[in-house]
Amino acid sequence: MSGGCEPTTSVGTASMAQTITKSRGAREPVTGTALSSRKKRPFLVDIYSTAVGKKYAMAISGIALMGFVLFHMIGNLKMYYGAYELNNYAAFLKELLYPLAPKGAVLWILRGGLLAMLVLHLHAAWSLTVMNRQARPVQYQSPRDYEVANFASRTMRYSGMIVFSFLVWHLLDLTFGVVNTVGTEGEFVREEVYQNVVRSFDRWPVAAFYILANLLLGIHLRHGAWSLFQSLGWNNPRFNAWRWAFATGFSLVVVIGNISFPIAVLAGIVKV
Amino acid sequence: MNQLTNLKLKVWRQAGPETKGHFESYTVDKVSDEASFLEMLDQLNERLISEGKEAIVFDHDCREGICGTCSLMINGRAHGPQRATTTCQLHMRTFKSGDEIVIEPWRAAAFPIIKDLMVDRASFDRIVEAGGFITAPTGGAPDANLILVPKPVADAAMDSAACIGCGACVAACPNGAANLFTGAKISHLNVLPQGQSERYKRAEAMVHAMDDQFGSCTNHGECSAACPKEISLDVIAMMNSDFRKSKSKNRKALSRG
Repeated sequence: MSGGCEPTTSVGTASMAQTITKSRGAREPVTGTALSSRKKRPFLVDIYSTAVGKKYAMAISGIALMGFVLFHMIGNLKMYYGAYELNNYAAFLKELLYPLAPKGAVLWILRGGLLAMLVLHLHAAWSLTVMNRQARPVQYQSPRDYEVANFASRTMRYSGMIVFSFLVWHLLDLTFGVVNTVGTEGEFVREEVYQNVVRSFDRWPVAAFYILANLLLGIHLRHGAWSLFQSLGWNNPRFNAWRWAFATGFSLVVVIGNISFPIAVLAGIVKV
Repeated sequence: MNQLTNLKLKVWRQAGPETKGHFESYTVDKVSDEASFLEMLDQLNERLISEGKEAIVFDHDCREGICGTCSLMINGRAHGPQRATTTCQLHMRTFKSGDEIVIEPWRAAAFPIIKDLMVDRASFDRIVEAGGFITAPTGGAPDANLILVPKPVADAAMDSAACIGCGACVAACPNGAANLFTGAKISHLNVLPQGQSERYKRAEAMVHAMDDQFGSCTNHGECSAACPKEISLDVIAMMNSDFRKSKSKNRKALSRG
């Protein structure tokens, strides 16, 4: 490296010195808009290697997961039509596009896609968090006075983690039946979706956890559904005002719909 | 003119880049409320010098809010409590007698502390070096208005060009990201006709230069709130959009040889 202005490269967490930690970009002097110096990589890998690219991944996977939570909520509304409707709907999902596609094929493609999107969302969040920690190795030593950063935006990674742990519980409860109570035959019957839901929410701690997780999901969605527009660069004075309205509306619809289920069970509106 | 008395200052003192820093407390008396924040520090420094102590080092230059040299995290806010104001333009009438004022340097890996409150912001220069310019032919000055620019475009470019590169955006960002700065520098040129020929090379090169040194954006909006020039978050979205386009356009352009 030439020049005497190269930043010093050591920092100890023990020392309060605030220097560039490591050669995240041990750099040659920049000459013009030189692009050829970048390592040759597959296109998507190259984009994903940048922070802006990881934010695209966050936004796109976020949109996919938003689509899931919305349709999951809409599907569950069938609960209000009774056991037959909901269980029938669950059976229909397994036979989506049958006989055009084999039974269960489309559902597994959707599940695979969702899982991939979830993994992408988690990986991007994880690596961006690591990057952000490295970008400020020495924290402010006095309290910050945030002006606009709100509770939602500052707790994204925590609300996300709690919602994720809820997701694991939710699958163990209603898909695998590991933590569900058993049915009349003393056995968990997965196809009896309606009965399983009622039995699950009849336990108030489960209903409480469900409600808490969904409130956090709403907070997460409120910031995420706005943030994705910025991350993907969808910004224009024509519709900028609508982005917050969309985020608020979307998260409200999902949260109110979802929270109505345990409340309906506890209130005895939905019962076996 | 009123006088402020008994201001309790907690100032970050650090002898050099590699040494451990700490807060030092000072009491400042008899400060005019017409004094700027930096003049208050000048007053304290003169006293320290007359007492044979070492003066507090802080960055400053034009003291009229346009050079982007002054910094300071004041009571947890970049450039202090007043919106759209640099530290040099912040006046002591914003404070009351007896107030405690905590002063810290910008904190980011890319802004190494030189001494006390002064940080090295050369990392911004590296971003601008990567593409914050246009290539123009030398020779005689072209006629005025040879390239027509629609008024809304000129206004948008001017709004971005208002960035003075002070680093408040990075300092205020919980992630230490420089997206507002880079976005301003990119969109300033990318909306103008003069900037079009290098538009996508610029977006890609500058984002990479930013990426190598700073954190990432989580859309808190703290940067824009702290910005003394009130640069809008829209420039970040414009950057994100141009970076996306640049990745595919540059790939196509480069593959043509």
